[in-house]
Amino acid sequence: MATTTTAPAYTMPRDHYLNSSYGIRSWLLTTDHKRIAWLYLAGVTFFFTLGGIFAAMIRIHLLVPNGLLVSPETYNKLFTMHGVAMIFFFLIPSIPAVLGNFLIPLMIGAKDVAFPKLNLLSWYVYITGGCFVLYAFATGGLDTGWTFYTPLSSVYSNSAVAPAVIGIFINGFSSILTGINFAVTIHTMRAPGMTWFRLPLFIWAHYATSIIFILGTPVIAITLLLVALERVFHLGFFNPALGGDPILFQHLFWFYSHPAVYIMILPAMGVISEIIPTFARKPIFGYTFIAASSISIAVIGFFVWAHHMFLTGESTYAALAFSLLSYLVAIPSAVKVFNWTATLYKGSISYDTPMLYALGFIGLFLIGGLTGLFLACLGLDINIHDTYFVIAHFHYIMVGGAIMGYLGGLHFWWPKITGKLYPEFLARVAAITLFVGFNLTFGPQFLLGLMGMPRRYHNYPPEFQVLNVLSTAGASILAIGYLLPMVYFTWSVRYGKVAGPNPWPATGLEWSTDSPPPAENFDVTPVVDWEPYDYKNRADLGLGTSVAPLAPAHGDD
Amino acid sequence: MHRTGELYGQFQTLEQQKASATLGMWIFLATEILFFGGLFLTYTINRQAYPDVFADASKTLSLPLGTINTLVLIASSLTMAMAVWSAEVGKKKLIPLFLVLTLILGSIFLFIKGIEYHDKYVEHHIPGLPFQFEPGSSVATNAHAELFFSLYFGMTGLHAMHMVVGVGLLIWLLRQSLKGRFTPDYNTPIENVGLYWHFVDIVWIYLYPLLYLIDRHK
Repeated sequence: MATTTTAPAYTMPRDHYLNSSYGIRSWLLTTDHKRIAWLYLAGVTFFFTLGGIFAAMIRIHLLVPNGLLVSPETYNKLFTMHGVAMIFFFLIPSIPAVLGNFLIPLMIGAKDVAFPKLNLLSWYVYITGGCFVLYAFATGGLDTGWTFYTPLSSVYSNSAVAPAVIGIFINGFSSILTGINFAVTIHTMRAPGMTWFRLPLFIWAHYATSIIFILGTPVIAITLLLVALERVFHLGFFNPALGGDPILFQHLFWFYSHPAVYIMILPAMGVISEIIPTFARKPIFGYTFIAASSISIAVIGFFVWAHHMFLTGESTYAALAFSLLSYLVAIPSAVKVFNWTATLYKGSISYDTPMLYALGFIGLFLIGGLTGLFLACLGLDINIHDTYFVIAHFHYIMVGGAIMGYLGGLHFWWPKITGKLYPEFLARVAAITLFVGFNLTFGPQFLLGLMGMPRRYHNYPPEFQVLNVLSTAGASILAIGYLLPMVYFTWSVRYGKVAGPNPWPATGLEWSTDSPPPAENFDVTPVVDWEPYDYKNRADLGLGTSVAPLAPAHGDD
Repeated sequence: MHRTGELYGQFQTLEQQKASATLGMWIFLATEILFFGGLFLTYTINRQAYPDVFADASKTLSLPLGTINTLVLIASSLTMAMAVWSAEVGKKKLIPLFLVLTLILGSIFLFIKGIEYHDKYVEHHIPGLPFQFEPGSSVATNAHAELFFSLYFGMTGLHAMHMVVGVGLLIWLLRQSLKGRFTPDYNTPIENVGLYWHFVDIVWIYLYPLLYLIDRHK
């Protein structure tokens, strides 16, 4: 490739965290947050692939109205295992455990997280929980839906429910420990001068996520423990035949599982808040509002859980309250979308791969979020609850939103993590393929839902076939969009161009150290006296004019 | 392995290290409140649904043993606080003494709990094993009483497991204190284990009236 810039060819730093020690023990017994991020990357990629295989089987099965591939009982197992693998073992850990672990100490100027050994323990707990769930998958599968509604899960199902819920219970402690670690790290380990309002918005997003990890996960833990006890010892908490209450299970379950969706999206929003200013070369618009909106989403998100239960017979007054609160929680999300868009206005925009993912995120999250409001509307939900409309809604947010945020972040920080550049042209092709494939997969599902196709059914009326076939075709394109990065990221570790400390360039503290960083992160503890996203005023990075330095975001230091 | 009291590599100062450890323990206790909270909610829903059966079932628990246990645990919180105080004022010889007292009281609690569990086993009040409430109870009463005892064993069992962890932590603290590791400048581990121990005590203070004192005045 012809070089037209006068930038020097970079060489890899001599000592960094990847070559600071060798051997399997130096990885499995590491307490370096950067290496732990790699351990998590391996784990979440494995479960993503597994969940993806289940998804492929579902989509193939639904090519014909009577189902092509599997029996009805097996179909129930496919969508259940797809959900469990994807939600608990991929989406919830993904950005926090991979990108959060790697970046949080770097972004705040610390040498590591507050409790590095606890960080490693979190990974082992995740793996242990994963092993229990894999055992369940292998010995009878799981057919209750990832939502484990009782008494099917606690009494009547003939699948491997007990090991699965125990595995998810154990995995919950991985989340809890990570949440504690992040919250304490952000509170106590910021470098001198790194005040709260100089923190990158990625940190604010992870702080809000940690609040949810800490307050929400223990509830699902105790709930699944009760399901396991009920199943093994024939107790009656949730079994109406023994005086128990299945609706109690649903309240307890959704009290965590709704905030859980904010665990899945807030970190992705944090990533977008880092990418957009970098590739628009402008300070982010409304820093304080974006930071506050992350906290608001975390808080309000705890008060909307029963919008998953509108059709269970809950009182009209309760339903009204939850519906209203669900509309309210959309407001801080909208604030973010407006602010990202305003950041783009009059920016100097380039379309590098991370930016493609970020722009895709904004559009797809918008659709996903707005359709959530459709579902929060009581009258409308009566008709579209438990249809493909719901499935399309949450996949737009979890795939079109969270996964694109994850991939955008992986691309953005790959040079920092590995010291190498991924191949840009191929990466853009992959991003566009993913975007097209995604919309073809899930766009038709909105229509299917509105036309009445129920979710979790192994068959459907013939008039729905065209849209189902379109959806499956889209899924095959989407798969290519996922496979390409797996291939070229692996290739780039060995053969990619050396990136240098700050290839984009970006203004975060993590970009001021080597790529890959030294084991101790910084040779000298930084002292921060600049505002975040000061893209107009960093001549040292080749950015900006002689415009005055950015004023503090909140007026005082 | 790092020795207790040294500055760990990720921290800049000992103050930062202490602040992190203490904040970490408080946040962990917040997670524990939510963890037990799910059980408390389940208890509340079920007691509200079956008040009479819950009252009858509650009366089969031993009030004397439960009350003694409550006093024992409150006393153990006192001795734990005294251990923390001893460290803060530099009375190094008293630290192991109060830790041992706390250990003894905690063990008495667990021992009495064992006696109570055994009594329930003998009376066929353990759910899952052949459960039989008063002979002649209707099927529904039996089922609802089994719910009460499921919650009784679930809540006190989870509490007892936390006590066992606490006992382990106390033994570790005892060994450190016998080596003279705790000074007025450095006593964070005792403080944080103290926080944990007090939390476990507070959970029991809620469990005791909810489980043992239902309608006792009637």
